[in-house]
Amino acid sequence: MPGLTVVVAEDSVLLRAGLVGLLERFGHTVAAAVSDAPALLTAVRSASPAPDVIVTDVRMPPGFSDEGLRAALTLRPRYSVLVLSQYVEQTYAAELLETGGGVGYLLKDRVGEVTEFADAVARVAAGGTVVDPEVVRQMLRQRRDPLDRLTPREREVLSLMAEGRSNAAIARTLFVTDAAVAKHIGSILSKLDLPPDDDDHRRVLAVLAYLRS
Amino acid sequence: MTSWPWRSLAYLLSGVLVGAATAASLTLLVIGGMMLAVVVVGLVLLLCVALSGLVIARFERWRLRLVDRDPVGNPHRRPASAGWRSWLGTRLREPQTWREFGYVLVSLFGLWWIDLGVLIFSFGVPMIVTVIMVTEPPPVLLGVVLVILMLPVSVLAMAYPVTVWAGARAAMARNLLGPDGAELGQRLGEVARSRARLVDAYEVERRRIERDLHDGAQQRLVALTMTLGLAELDLPPGSPSASAIRAAQDQARLALAELRELIRGVHPQVLTDRGLAAAVRDVAGRSATPVTVDIDLPRRMPAPVETTAYFVIAEALANVAKHSRAARASVWARLAEVDPRLCLRIVDDGRGGADPGLGTGLAGLLDRLAVVDGVLTITSPSGGPTVLTVEIPCPD
Repeated sequence: MPGLTVVVAEDSVLLRAGLVGLLERFGHTVAAAVSDAPALLTAVRSASPAPDVIVTDVRMPPGFSDEGLRAALTLRPRYSVLVLSQYVEQTYAAELLETGGGVGYLLKDRVGEVTEFADAVARVAAGGTVVDPEVVRQMLRQRRDPLDRLTPREREVLSLMAEGRSNAAIARTLFVTDAAVAKHIGSILSKLDLPPDDDDHRRVLAVLAYLRS
Repeated sequence: MTSWPWRSLAYLLSGVLVGAATAASLTLLVIGGMMLAVVVVGLVLLLCVALSGLVIARFERWRLRLVDRDPVGNPHRRPASAGWRSWLGTRLREPQTWREFGYVLVSLFGLWWIDLGVLIFSFGVPMIVTVIMVTEPPPVLLGVVLVILMLPVSVLAMAYPVTVWAGARAAMARNLLGPDGAELGQRLGEVARSRARLVDAYEVERRRIERDLHDGAQQRLVALTMTLGLAELDLPPGSPSASAIRAAQDQARLALAELRELIRGVHPQVLTDRGLAAAVRDVAGRSATPVTVDIDLPRRMPAPVETTAYFVIAEALANVAKHSRAARASVWARLAEVDPRLCLRIVDDGRGGADPGLGTGLAGLLDRLAVVDGVLTITSPSGGPTVLTVEIPCPD
């Protein structure tokens, strides 16, 4: 999905320039690149046309706490937001995901995988959900007991589901057919007593809620 | 016969000598001071009288070694800074200085006279009786024999009042001239406060290190992977340069992962941002042993309490994973509103036998807890379960 309008908030000059360069490289327009949370809110509200997606850091001035995340939460659910973080924190990810579709929580490490990162930006802009694999991995570790009932392949599918991938994307990643993925998902949901759901975001939420409970 | 009577005798005799010397010099100083009071020299002399207790008390503490095996500590505080002004100010403000001066006055008008009295009574009276009995004409042979026979007995009898008085006298001196309980308490309070300050400074320093790593090395590494990623786009996939860049990417990613763990260990940001429950849930999430978390707190705790509780729980869970062979563990925390304190309980179903004496982990926890007046109780019978209970006072 080329040609998105993006607002970037990142306090490190080096990274901000890098992110702008990267997004432009994939054909997007960066409407504004700011370095703190208040500037982010102003830039988003005054941007015309409204940005398709916002990419923001968690920790920013003035408090160097979680200003970016809190700004993102105030912009939800009106705007699609992809939050970049240095922390593998379920708490932060969960707070974002509770606001509905069109969100993402990724470790900053992922921007190095430029193609995947660009894909994540596009998915969030299109109303999808993106959860960092590392965060998902941590959640899966917590619920080892019930997950033992799943086959290895089903666990792989579950991880990808929790990361917010669509059936088609899961099929591509695992080199299987869409039908096979659908079958795995049905089996997983029934083994974990989760209701079947075709909406990707609701499905992600159900899976994540299950993993966190 | 032990050496104590002789020591007591020496103590009292030297007491009389010290008394005489002190009386003479103080009298001179007072007279000189009053006569010269109009000029500054006189005032200095009077100040010397007031401070004479310092010198005499020091000598008395040393002399006490004759009859008291325990050395008496110096009760004075160390002046805050170098220089005679600071020294004088400290000494004049200390209650101990005036107590010592009081001791000099009491000794001058009472104790040293009693020393003299006891000596005269113990030695003088038997001696005079003997002299009279021996020299008074006509010397009776029987009397002389009797006195000679009685001599050892009278020496023994003399030893008692001397030893008893010397003992009482030493106890008095020790109480007046040694460090007292209230001052010890005060010093202990100071030590506790300085320890709390040290821990605070340590915590501030940790946060600074965390911030430096986060804003510096971590950002640079991320920027590096981004540059590498963009460079890779321009290269034909599968070419030697592309695979070299891929390898560099992988190494940078490993470095980032390691750095992230390091930063977490130094100071977990989620604790500052979201409080204890979120931070503990996160630690539990990374634990190799499945952990149930039940934390329900009505408000944020003060930062030192929160940090201590967090590290206690993190260390406890690390121990569970390392040593207990537990299948599961749980963390529970509530705030007790009456006499507000944070109550934690960490339970695992492992093999038990945890001992705070073994391993630095638990001992470190105790040190950390002590700073915030926290209390840790461990019950860990062999075969388990292990229950760690922690209470940290938590004033509003």
